[in-house]
Amino acid sequence: MKHKTFFWFFLPTALAMLLFIAFPIISVVIQSLFTPHEAVLLTVENCGPFGCKTETSIDQEATAALKLAEPLGRFAGLSIYLDRGHLAVDEVAALWSGRESLGGFFDGLKNLPFYRAMYFTLTYTFVVTPLLIVLGFAIAVGVNSLHRHLKGLVIFFSLLPMIVTPLIGSLILFWMIDSRGVLGSAIQFLADDPDLSLKASTALTWITLMVYGVWHSAPFAFVVFYAGLQTLPQDTLESAMIDGASRWQQIRYVVIPHLMPLVTFVALIQLMDNFRVFEPIVGFNAEAHATSLSWIIFNDLGGETRLLSSAAATSVLTIIGVAILLSPVLVRTWRDFNAKT
Amino acid sequence: MFLKKITTAVAISIAATAAAQAAGHSNCGIDAGRVNIVGNEFPAIQTVGAGAVACANDNVEVKTNLTADHQKINVAGMTSNPAEYTSAIVANSSIVALMNEDVIRPLDDLVAKYGQDLKKNQLITVNGKVMAVAFMANAQHLVYRADVLEEAGVEVPTTYEEMLAGAKKIRDMGILENPLGGSYKAGWNLAQEFNNMYIGHGGEFFKPGSAEVDINNEKGVATLTMLKSLSEYMSPDFLTHDSNATNAEYRAGNVAMMNMWGSRAAGLVTEEGVPQEVVDGFAIAGPMTVAGGDTPATTLWWDGWTVAKNISDEDATATFKALTKAIEPAILDDAEVATQAVWLIDGYEPTEAAKGVFAAAAANSVPYPMVPYQGLLHSALGAELSDFMQGKESAEQALADVEAAYTAAAKEQGFLN
Repeated sequence: MKHKTFFWFFLPTALAMLLFIAFPIISVVIQSLFTPHEAVLLTVENCGPFGCKTETSIDQEATAALKLAEPLGRFAGLSIYLDRGHLAVDEVAALWSGRESLGGFFDGLKNLPFYRAMYFTLTYTFVVTPLLIVLGFAIAVGVNSLHRHLKGLVIFFSLLPMIVTPLIGSLILFWMIDSRGVLGSAIQFLADDPDLSLKASTALTWITLMVYGVWHSAPFAFVVFYAGLQTLPQDTLESAMIDGASRWQQIRYVVIPHLMPLVTFVALIQLMDNFRVFEPIVGFNAEAHATSLSWIIFNDLGGETRLLSSAAATSVLTIIGVAILLSPVLVRTWRDFNAKT
Repeated sequence: MFLKKITTAVAISIAATAAAQAAGHSNCGIDAGRVNIVGNEFPAIQTVGAGAVACANDNVEVKTNLTADHQKINVAGMTSNPAEYTSAIVANSSIVALMNEDVIRPLDDLVAKYGQDLKKNQLITVNGKVMAVAFMANAQHLVYRADVLEEAGVEVPTTYEEMLAGAKKIRDMGILENPLGGSYKAGWNLAQEFNNMYIGHGGEFFKPGSAEVDINNEKGVATLTMLKSLSEYMSPDFLTHDSNATNAEYRAGNVAMMNMWGSRAAGLVTEEGVPQEVVDGFAIAGPMTVAGGDTPATTLWWDGWTVAKNISDEDATATFKALTKAIEPAILDDAEVATQAVWLIDGYEPTEAAKGVFAAAAANSVPYPMVPYQGLLHSALGAELSDFMQGKESAEQALADVEAAYTAAAKEQGFLN
């Protein structure tokens, strides 16, 4: 392709990427570096149906003047990133110097919102991603060996968990696992413990969230692997059979190597997705037990007072987190690409 | 139930629109303008929204967006110029965010011109300027099951200590396993229960005249200890129960006593499928005190409407007129509307369901503070108390965490250096 043709061909994509990816990121980075102006407070008398009370309020005229002078707010540098709501450097340093044991240090870390969220997010990501790949692969291989009349129906039902909107799916399951719900009662019966509640303990909530995560995302892996299986080289497979390879050996030495690029692809997408885990936490009302970076952003924006700078800083940290998480896979892809050319 | 609520809401707004169209030129005295209202959704607010929508005609567009997530969208929707929303229905907590961002306008001139029928105590004034018009009052108070209390021989509690003793008796007698209910969901609800109980203990949230938080003290610890003791008589899932879920537990007959919102009391047992003994046993009383204090462990609330700053005067006038019409005394002629809330509207006669809120006001309960940084403390409490409630950390540690979280947020917002 000529450079000129390529330029015109790529221009719409480039513009869209600039508009919808680059600019928002720049905007978020800028917002995370600035904070609102220092509040000019007034003592005022507020009156209402319950009488009058002397309270504090914001002096809007003085604040408006400040805002006009510096519309972005105060420049805060990295201070938002370093405060207790985010990386909490001072608190971590204090914990480290005052530590009695390594375990005590980690317990202290879990008390800080960012590290608490990271603890759950990373556990979730690294438990759910491999499990859903394995499960998706197993379903794909299973469905592929079904009789062709059955395939359509089974594929449809296997895809259902992905079709359900995450928030709705988790809400429905949240009600089902209630100690008086269908699943909750069944689990109580199986565990022979009438007081068992999946919602009341942190460990069980984590397991619930992860099971949900696998349930929801396995169909994605399944679809991708199933599509990959359709391109399986039949001659290789046949020669393997003639050589007397068992079904397991066929899968191990023919199918899996053939699907490996797709595994990388699914891992990439799912690492990214799982790192941003959010809907199940809201749907399962799990914030007392598990939080994630996305949930912190949501909470900052949804409180009585919006914390825009804080939410922006957490967003940037999420982007950095995703980049770090994806770097091994990206490096590998890059190497493969170079090796081929 | 959620679906039913949505269907009802949709049905109401469709019906209201249809009624407005049928009436053609309705009698709200609006010639032109645009009205768009954002607010919370519960029955009383639905009524006010529908009343405003009824003012729509060929020249006046009236829209409402009533959702439990109203606080996530109202500031953003009123910041632009012209603002998307011409009015936000708020409470004494949420008006603060709008005032902090300076997106609502003083209403003095509009009140003088078109608001003669509003009562003086409906006008919310800040520094002498009318910033909102309140139409209802609300408070959390005791809701109980008279039949269960009688069976257990427990008096209706007036203090939280009595409530605890009663709960123990009901459990020991094997009547109910978890006799207490409460909206203790981690986040806003749990923080609100802390606020109630802390006020009941006579606590002050901030050092006098400053934004510096001061809750890590004996009263704070006593507050948390009481919340924890109460939670031991609740469903083990209490950290996931908001007021909807708590009401569902009550309707199912699992709860004998709970601290519940007055605005929810009227509809508590009118839902379909509530067992007859729950309907018959349903009773309400005033809020309780704690630790021998005089101030009830609750807060008083008003709900009211505001008018956006960044809109034309024409739209502001239309909004003011439509909402004034929506809360005119005539709406109380509908018996169902009259029970929906403790209306602050002229001519309101307290119904049986309003008893609890009136008792709260009569017992000198304090209003939820309208302080610019109270919301930050509320969020910090909501995020940091759940570890203590699960027994993972001490009360002192939890309160220290709240103070640290608040301080970081208050520094960011420019309330502290």
